[in-house]
Amino acid sequence: MTLKARSKRSYANLAPIALAVLVAVVLLVLAGANPFEAFKLMGQGAFSGWTKTGETLMAWVPLVLAAAGLIITFNAGLWNIGIEGQIILGGVAASWAAREVGGPGWVVVPAAIIAGALGGMLWALLAGVLKTRFKVNEIFGGLGLDFVAASLAVYLVIGPWSRQGVASTSGTDLFRDEARLPTILENNRLSLVAVALAIAAVVFVYYLMRGTLFGLRLKAVGRNARSAFLLGIPTSRYMLGAFALCGVLAGIAGSMQAIGFHFKLIPAISGGYGFLGILVVLLAAFRAAWIAPIALFFIAMSRGSTQLDLRLDVDSALGGVITGILVLLVILGGGWQMRRLKRRVPA
Amino acid sequence: MSLLLEDIHKRFGAVHANNAITIEVEKGTLHGLLGENGAGKSTLMKVLSGFIDRDSGRVLLDGQELDLSTPKTAIQAGVGMLHQDPLVFLPLSVVDNFLMGSPGHRFLNRAEGAAELRKISEPFGFNFDPDAPARTLTIGERQQLEIVRLLWLGAKVLILDEPTTGISEIQRVDLFATLRKLADQGMIVIFVSHKLEEVEELCQRVTVMRQGRVVGETALPTPAERLVEMMFGQVITASDRPQVEHGEDTLVLSGVTFKEGNLEVADLSTSVAKGEVIGLAGLEGSGQRTFLGGCTGLVPVSSGTITVGGRSMTKRRYRDFMRDGVHYLPAGRLEEGLVEGLSMTEHFILAGEDKSFFIDWAAARKSSEESIGHFSIKGFHDSPAESLSGGNQQRLLLAMMPPGLKLLLMEHPTRGLDIESADWVWTQILARRDEGTAIVFASADLDELLRYSDRILVFFNGRIIKEVEARSTTGEQLGFLIGGKEPE
Repeated sequence: MTLKARSKRSYANLAPIALAVLVAVVLLVLAGANPFEAFKLMGQGAFSGWTKTGETLMAWVPLVLAAAGLIITFNAGLWNIGIEGQIILGGVAASWAAREVGGPGWVVVPAAIIAGALGGMLWALLAGVLKTRFKVNEIFGGLGLDFVAASLAVYLVIGPWSRQGVASTSGTDLFRDEARLPTILENNRLSLVAVALAIAAVVFVYYLMRGTLFGLRLKAVGRNARSAFLLGIPTSRYMLGAFALCGVLAGIAGSMQAIGFHFKLIPAISGGYGFLGILVVLLAAFRAAWIAPIALFFIAMSRGSTQLDLRLDVDSALGGVITGILVLLVILGGGWQMRRLKRRVPA
Repeated sequence: MSLLLEDIHKRFGAVHANNAITIEVEKGTLHGLLGENGAGKSTLMKVLSGFIDRDSGRVLLDGQELDLSTPKTAIQAGVGMLHQDPLVFLPLSVVDNFLMGSPGHRFLNRAEGAAELRKISEPFGFNFDPDAPARTLTIGERQQLEIVRLLWLGAKVLILDEPTTGISEIQRVDLFATLRKLADQGMIVIFVSHKLEEVEELCQRVTVMRQGRVVGETALPTPAERLVEMMFGQVITASDRPQVEHGEDTLVLSGVTFKEGNLEVADLSTSVAKGEVIGLAGLEGSGQRTFLGGCTGLVPVSSGTITVGGRSMTKRRYRDFMRDGVHYLPAGRLEEGLVEGLSMTEHFILAGEDKSFFIDWAAARKSSEESIGHFSIKGFHDSPAESLSGGNQQRLLLAMMPPGLKLLLMEHPTRGLDIESADWVWTQILARRDEGTAIVFASADLDELLRYSDRILVFFNGRIIKEVEARSTTGEQLGFLIGGKEPE
């Protein structure tokens, strides 16, 4: 692609974003708030002071991990809706390790992360086997497994792992200090290990998809499984591989939630980052390089918009509305470009 | 009353699928539309029934121009189409299917619908249980249901696209009786087929299409050889190729039956020698594709044995065939060969020998540019496959073939290519043959079959009905065999 075509495309990408900002402004005005004031407050809500920045980054980590995993499955042509369940299983497995494995932090923390990765992988492979061996569409299989995983978390929280004498859905007992991610600041959950893992995941996926035969074959499977098969690529095995890798990253995301953010297992351990990750990847047009900034924007929107409630008396759901509209408009913009492209080129 | 198609044009990119089609069909006639696959019959009928838009031209019924922009307006104008696979919703009941396309009714009146269904069915002797699920109907009955439905919607013109494909002989006789009755009642019936004998049996007039054009129209009966000649054109090839020495047998099939869904290609016994070129002739869907798929492990063998290069390959998988030097080139270049969205370089990497985990992009680009030059592909190393023309896609596929093949199986290797590309493709294939690769190819082009094959296997209804030497066969004889007839 020539540079000119590329810059043209990025302009076309900007149009829906500008439109989304416009919609946000209109919504804010309709809600009776000064839009500029509101944007400023949202920015402050996410990033003013180390505490807020730390919280924002610790929410960013699992979202990036999930999105990185989804880049792999999307490139393999798979709608891994089961990612929520994979995050939950990661959280459950990490919680198990955090509760059961003794010893100092440098033993428990890696054990919990590895357990989380394995848990996520297992759950993803289940969806993968359903897809490749039993021809169950991964969307339905994944959705089913999401519910099973969510129920498992609830069961553990109010059942075997419930707090002494209390059966409450608010979560298990807090993990001991050694079983938590090491932090760098007082009263701040920010952990360099978590941030490093997120960055490593992005770099890993970027090179996997760009620089390896595995990534290229996966793309071929995703774009045309029949051609890929005839080229001699074992398509089922590659699909399973994509599921497994995505599951590992989702499982690590779940372990970050458990030992880096909540310090206990809660029913909503996934934080909805799996589904949100799908939006991030769609907005990033399946390119790994874009997920980190887009995920940051999403998290900033959702965390920052809580300020709107407090300060401007505007419902904080507005942040979600704005990100949703943004994704919708970008996808619409993509579809519109495709149509225009098709019209210009004779079929 | 008459239906007039006037100067209809339809292009798909470079392909002129309908070129200046003018046909007039009189009321009360059974009119056949005959032509090989790819002749443009289906396109024309889809234009008529509103499924696709024509580029130019008019359709008039009784001098009135018809609006055929969608299937809905087409049926409103009185043009109904019976598709090859009847448009029946299998889980729904017969009466629901009957009412499905009815205009204007907000609420379904099933009782009334069932009564209407009975009323229209009776004269034809059709008998439906309105509440039975459509799944329980045979294909023939589904066709009957479709016909009744179209009549109820007011069809004055009925188009049937290859209606005899999936039905039994008894059902076919019933269908023909129904069609005759419809014509007697003053309907215009257009019967689309590539089967000579059916058109001869049923129709009073026939229009023959070839390569997007009307090449002739005649009243029936007419001598069959005239129809064959119109369908396939004059074959000018003189089979004067030198006799090439063949080596030992590469592919041997003994008593093999391939089974693919409902299609069974049975009792095949043949062999292909090293350096030999075998053509597979036959109407589309007569078993050639299944044969090719079976010889590469894509279609399961249900009985008999296959050997390649002396090694038993019965029950082996596609990748085993691949590893043993068998290469398959299907007809759908973008569907079953190339991957849309991937560049030429990426294709070369995927097909290449180098299986190292990390891709050396600089080296890959260099070798890809060499191949592009060597195979004179018009495009760049980063051109996505779908941006190439058909001829260049085929060049890319040939360039991706591994060296030293034992057996090369191809389906329509030059379909849709211009003459220059087609010649070039064959130069490449023959170079492979000279290296000792056994070549098997299916084609609908008689000229190509006669020009390049040593032997031709003629398929009909899932059987090899004849094996002929290309050198001593004429196009006319081959045309007869393809139509399932023994030449005199």
